[in-house]
Amino acid sequence: MKPLLDSLAARLAAGDPNLTVLVYATGMLVFCGVVLMGFVAPYAGVTSFIERRIAARMQSRVGPNRVGPQGIIQWVADGLKCILKEDLIPEEADKALFRIAPYLVFIGMFGTFVVIPFGSSLVISDLDVGLFYLLAITSLVSVGLIMAGWASNNKWSLLGGMRSAAQIVSYEIPSGLSLLAVVLFAGSMSVQGVIRSQGWAPHTWLVFQNPFLFASYFIFFTAALAEGNRTPFDIPEAESELVAGYNTEYSGMRFALFFLAEWANLYVIGAVSAAAFLGGWQVPPAIPPAVRPVAELLVFVAKATFGVFLAIWARWTFPRLRVDQMMEVCWKYLVPLSFLNIVGTAVWMILFPKGALTAVAVSVVMVLVALAVLALFVRKVAMNLRSSDGAISLNPFV
Amino acid sequence: MPDVTTETLSVARTEGGLVKTEEMLLNMGPHHPSTHGVLRFILKTDGEMILECKPDVGYLHRSIEKIGELMTYQGFVPYTDRVDYVASMNSNLAYCMAVERLAGIEVPRRAEFLRVLVCELNRISSHLIAVGAMAMDIGAVTPFPYALRERERINDLLEEICGARLTYNYIWIGGVSFDAPPGWLERVQAFVESYEKIIPEFNRLITGNKIFVERLRDVAVIPAAMAIDYSLVGPNLRASGVDWDLRRDEPYSIYPELKFDVPLGHGERGTVGDCYDRFVVRVREMEESCKILRQCIAMFPHDQPDFRAKVKNVKPPPGDVFVRTEAPRGEQAYYLVSDGTTKASRVKIRTGSFSAMAITEEISIGCMIADLIAIIASLDVVAPEIDR
Repeated sequence: MKPLLDSLAARLAAGDPNLTVLVYATGMLVFCGVVLMGFVAPYAGVTSFIERRIAARMQSRVGPNRVGPQGIIQWVADGLKCILKEDLIPEEADKALFRIAPYLVFIGMFGTFVVIPFGSSLVISDLDVGLFYLLAITSLVSVGLIMAGWASNNKWSLLGGMRSAAQIVSYEIPSGLSLLAVVLFAGSMSVQGVIRSQGWAPHTWLVFQNPFLFASYFIFFTAALAEGNRTPFDIPEAESELVAGYNTEYSGMRFALFFLAEWANLYVIGAVSAAAFLGGWQVPPAIPPAVRPVAELLVFVAKATFGVFLAIWARWTFPRLRVDQMMEVCWKYLVPLSFLNIVGTAVWMILFPKGALTAVAVSVVMVLVALAVLALFVRKVAMNLRSSDGAISLNPFV
Repeated sequence: MPDVTTETLSVARTEGGLVKTEEMLLNMGPHHPSTHGVLRFILKTDGEMILECKPDVGYLHRSIEKIGELMTYQGFVPYTDRVDYVASMNSNLAYCMAVERLAGIEVPRRAEFLRVLVCELNRISSHLIAVGAMAMDIGAVTPFPYALRERERINDLLEEICGARLTYNYIWIGGVSFDAPPGWLERVQAFVESYEKIIPEFNRLITGNKIFVERLRDVAVIPAAMAIDYSLVGPNLRASGVDWDLRRDEPYSIYPELKFDVPLGHGERGTVGDCYDRFVVRVREMEESCKILRQCIAMFPHDQPDFRAKVKNVKPPPGDVFVRTEAPRGEQAYYLVSDGTTKASRVKIRTGSFSAMAITEEISIGCMIADLIAIIASLDVVAPEIDR
């Protein structure tokens, strides 16, 4: 070991360009890892707390409110508990695979953060094939889940693993095709490129560019929910059917890793849909350059959190689909529709060239329609609140 | 539901040839989140398709029938609470009615009203558990806390009248243990009024949900003839379109004086007798129970203060009696044989969950595992009632 280190030191002193690059790359990797971990873990943790609070409010309960003010550090307590618990490995399990599986799931989720930006300059790597990379790296999650299900040597876990394999493989197609429509319209496959093709105002967002992209947004979001194992597509871990699916046998930190991945994955869903459809980090040009990075970061995280909230909302509202119905939704509806979207977007681009007055008019009209739908929704909610006998408390701090 | 039998599946397996597949023996329960207690099913599956489902009962057997032969007639009443602890008022009622008929005891009119009031309240709370748990088993967690919230209000009312929240021991031989406290009827009335508004809200939340309907329609259809063959009772029987309700067809207590409808399964979203019908019938029955409660409150005999007949040691003459009542899980029947002493020489309890458990074996063939969860929930089996 010593000769190696000595020679390394000597070469570094001599200014070997290859080695400098290596040191630089390693340093960057560690730095990025630390920064990302500092973002991902707290975000996932806080999301878990917020989800539990939202669920509680939806179910006329109080939710966690004991640890810290309003229970805000409940997630730290949960994490500590998981670290302190015994890491149990079943006697009959395939021990090596059983140990690796949670890491694969975690890497699959964590890897997506390489291309997910936080601002115009805050991104680890703006890959030319960013969206493609996103789709590819998330597949690693399904490998991890199958591995977890198989290695547990538990029939329920195996069923969960098989379900997740079928689900992720199927739903990658509509989600990929929906992003393809975006790529077609934006003319770029890099995430930053897609965002740069949009503006800060809603009528410049891709989701409002034409009806096909609007449909793509919903198809992508649905498919992403399915890939992220969220209700109504949470069948791989269907609690009431498969006990807990692939993670039945896991405990301690490995179990926590699965859930960290799940909640961080929520952010990924929100972030990708924000980047591809909702204008990403674009902020109004009036904002002074000094505060721009912060504003961009806030705008992007806010948009991503909107997606996270949608997913939480769906989870605590819908029942769960059956396996065959889930496949039906994917292959009979989402896949043909997303093909239609690609063709539709292509035809649209020829009929209404970008920047033409008609195209701008269409997006403005779509924004107005969206606002009208939002107003209708608010009215309906107000009506429901009035008819509910006043039993609902709107105070978030109970 | 695909039309698959064991034979067609095994043919498909052998003809494929290239890929070797085998059946999986899957043990579901007794520790499983959706088996509503300690039930166990031994499943033989092809992937997720169930080829064979054997219910294995007996994990909650507590020899209640034998205990009934060792206790005095009055002493056994608290044990009947434990026969079906989700609806123990109704169990009390069935047993007490049997003893009263055997010994020829007259029950005061006020007691009859109180009995029907608490039984119908208990029916609502039992059905709330049934529909809430069913929604949860299908994957929608939110309706369940709402159902439990309403059930808590019923528990509060029942606690006021008898001091207990689950195992009431309220209905005694010859009447009830306590009179209603002052203002209790008004509070029941207030509950009914607010609860009747909750039911449409609950329906908006889950009953009409597209995914929920799709999960339940045409799943595990029980035709009327099959329901009768397996002697299904109560809401499970009525969901198959058989118009039979003991409260109306073999009336007891004050039910002949009350007006209420008997909801039947109409195949609203699919076939008559599917899981969705069984769900909807229970929701409708809660509405009917509200009607009954309103009438009971309106007709309540305030001028007759007597709520318990003077009963010392019950010593019925030798003979036997078979009394059945309409409990939330269908007919609950007690068969008592008296040898002229203070203890019954034979107690036999017939419960709805037991026959409902038997039918799972036939209707679950060809279903997915997720469907079996829906079937168990829709039949509303409660483990202690199966085993006793």
